Amino acid sequence: MAHSRTARRRRWTAAIGLTGVAALALSACVQSNRGEESGSGKVGGTLTFGAAGAPKGFDPFYATDGETFRVSRQMYEGLVGFKPGTAEVEAALATKWEPSTDGRTWTFTLKENVKFHDGTPFNAEAVCFNFNRWFNQKGAGQSEAVSQYWLDNFGGFADTPDKPSLFKSCAAKDPKTAVVELTKATSQFPSVLGFPSFSMSSPEALKKYEADNVVQVGESITYPPYANEHPTGTGPFKFSKFDKANNVVEIVRNEDYHGTKAKLDKVVFRIIPDETARKQALKAGDIDGYDLPNAADWAGLKSDGFDVKVRPAFNVLYLGINQLNNPKLQDLRVRQALMYAINREQLVKSQLPEGATVASQFMPPLVDGYDDKLTPVKFDTERAKSLLAEAGASDLTLKFYWPTEVTRPYMPSPKDLYGAIAGDLEKAGIKLEPTSKPWNGGYLTDVDQGVPDLFMLGWTGDNGTPQNWIGTFFGRTDNRFNTGKSPWGKELADKLAAANAEPDEVKRSALYKELNKKIVEEYLPAVPISHSPPALVFKKEIQGVTPSPLTDERFGSATKG
Amino acid sequence: MLRYTIRRLIQLVGVVLVLSLLLFAWLRALPGGPVSALLGERSTPESREALTKLLGLDQPIIVQYFKFLGRAASGDFGTSLGVQQGDSAMEIFLQRFPATIELSALAIVIAIALGIPLGYLAAKRRGGWFDNVSVAGSLIGVAVPVFFLAYVLKDVLSSVLGLPTEGRQDAINATRVTGFFVFDGVITGEWDAALNALEHLILPAIALSTIPFAVVFRITRAAVLDVLDEDFVRTAESKGLTAPVIRRRHVLRNAMLPVVTTIGLQTGALLAGAVLTEKVFSFAGVGQALAIGFERRDYPVLLVLIIMATVVYVVVNLLVDLSYALIDPRIRTR
Repeated sequence: MAHSRTARRRRWTAAIGLTGVAALALSACVQSNRGEESGSGKVGGTLTFGAAGAPKGFDPFYATDGETFRVSRQMYEGLVGFKPGTAEVEAALATKWEPSTDGRTWTFTLKENVKFHDGTPFNAEAVCFNFNRWFNQKGAGQSEAVSQYWLDNFGGFADTPDKPSLFKSCAAKDPKTAVVELTKATSQFPSVLGFPSFSMSSPEALKKYEADNVVQVGESITYPPYANEHPTGTGPFKFSKFDKANNVVEIVRNEDYHGTKAKLDKVVFRIIPDETARKQALKAGDIDGYDLPNAADWAGLKSDGFDVKVRPAFNVLYLGINQLNNPKLQDLRVRQALMYAINREQLVKSQLPEGATVASQFMPPLVDGYDDKLTPVKFDTERAKSLLAEAGASDLTLKFYWPTEVTRPYMPSPKDLYGAIAGDLEKAGIKLEPTSKPWNGGYLTDVDQGVPDLFMLGWTGDNGTPQNWIGTFFGRTDNRFNTGKSPWGKELADKLAAANAEPDEVKRSALYKELNKKIVEEYLPAVPISHSPPALVFKKEIQGVTPSPLTDERFGSATKG
Repeated sequence: MLRYTIRRLIQLVGVVLVLSLLLFAWLRALPGGPVSALLGERSTPESREALTKLLGLDQPIIVQYFKFLGRAASGDFGTSLGVQQGDSAMEIFLQRFPATIELSALAIVIAIALGIPLGYLAAKRRGGWFDNVSVAGSLIGVAVPVFFLAYVLKDVLSSVLGLPTEGRQDAINATRVTGFFVFDGVITGEWDAALNALEHLILPAIALSTIPFAVVFRITRAAVLDVLDEDFVRTAESKGLTAPVIRRRHVLRNAMLPVVTTIGLQTGALLAGAVLTEKVFSFAGVGQALAIGFERRDYPVLLVLIIMATVVYVVVNLLVDLSYALIDPRIRTR
């Protein structure tokens, strides 16, 4: 196949040469090496993955986007990881961990004989060096665009007393024991340490390549050599190069890996921003796989012999309700009417990929604190109408915004989803003033500024802690729903904070379950719609990649051929 | 000639200044912005405020503009906020410009190599089947959207010809010297790399060449028709000059002036086509960066790319004007 493809290309290349491009004549005598680059069998070979965007450097601490995390995940490891295919925390560079009774002191026992890619040892000193590095960011390193994950999960820095930090200190008790002190208990620990952002880097490399030298000049932020050219972790792959002119990132097997060595010689990430182009590149054999194939293409890709790997759904789509501009929306009955009016069962069946489910609450079943006794209310237009009448809102008119030029894992086709939801709401007698705007061209800005009454949005989780879900949505009152407009807004935020600070896991889970029920039955700040499973697609010859709800696919276990 | 050239270059500086101001204002007037693009679903009132301040977007536009000018004077055009975060916007342009030049050059070569001879033949056989078919073909060439044609080319031609569908080159170890991949391969003796880059160019170049081909064809045809009716052609024929001599010395030379103008204008206009073509073929050129830049509201990159594209466009047109003088001696004496 490869040979005939090459031969055909030769012929045509020569033919096109007749258009006057003399250089094409080279094709007659030069042997291209396309189609021969990968070895066969279970060991060796190159996996070429179609990435949707360019990574923002290779220092995961400064990463904020999925494409950067994807590459970092192959080169770095954290103290904890996630069991393949789940959101469950498992040992990684730490073999075990022990919290104190108040949940503020965590003792990590580290794996021994682990080396960073530069040959320096991984030990408790290195762990504390990393924690202290994160905590002591300065200047631009503290900005939201740079250290977003630290700000979201740990709060402030060493020199921001007005903004307290979750992190207090780290001590190396002995080479294989690191003790991390927190300022308060949190449900997020230790699973937050499984985020790529909190992976372990070589202290030597961090110093040598000035990892913290993030500079802001005017509106510009530039990153140091560590992030651009010298990422140094402990993972099964090492950084090789980023050929920016060709939009290709290459990582190679780490021969000194402390665990089971990677089977592949290399992983190449080709940056192909256009989704249709990724699909065509896969079909043409130019890449071996890509992420987030459009749900409408799954069946076609399967019938073409590709392996569509469906991830467990780890997201939620909701109909956002903003109470800011329309006082009627502050009435629970009106918000309940919206929920009864939408035929979520039908919407999931007709608009979402196989495996999608109706959301009974604002988190999927994989998240701790999920209440499996909650069932979604049944679609009932008449009930919606009577609730509106009771609330004196039969003449309700709402500004309903939906986004264009975007697909999200929880929202594969915004236009179709909008159509289904809007149709149902109109049947219940609600008048809508629809507005569509490009995702980055006004939609998000308007939603953030509280312009629409109703909007479509969602969330893909970082981990399996409820704080990452309902804590993110409703943990403050100036959120996208303006829950501060309702008397229960602050109460909900306080209850979420209390649940998050509960060190006892069993009690904490119970508190969150209770809150999930309250949110849907008593507060209803928005209407949870669905959980959709996103997918990755690979050629059949690629084996050993386990689809992860956290998009935590590691290629160390992958084989080709 | 020299004074004329200098005057045109001074005009260019004025054009760039006015353009940069208009562009600056226009980009910031667009709905959305880099803040929401960077934060996405994760944004909070605090993070939006902090990032807006960090990027200096909280200041009046005119202040932002003069700060930009001040930094630009020292060669700092800002860093990318979306195309390749953290890289200098000018670096992105310099990295991607050779890609677009390679692609555009091949597209123009295809357009000229096919457009001029076919235009000439169609004019010579006015009203015949060849003329009618090629005129209809050129109409389709103008009418079919580039991205549609690009997808079709990829689906149909890539499987038939086995040509690569995306990127500038396979992930091979190639030495980078000038950023022009084909040229780099030739000068370093890495023929495989040169050929591989060339293969990657073929499909996007065909897609990109359709509009300039159609335009060159139609202008050539019209110009040749005009010239064929001229008295001096009849005189040449009656003097018994051979057809090749008449074609070369009298018909084509006289018909070329509007064609050269068209080629110049089309070369500038190629950038518009390159945006779509490069997007579809994931070709890391200026066009693709523009497409991603708009999607993510990457102000610094958009500014640099559009300003630099304007500079290139104006310079190309200046070269076209100067080449008139070489083709038509009457212009030189004016």
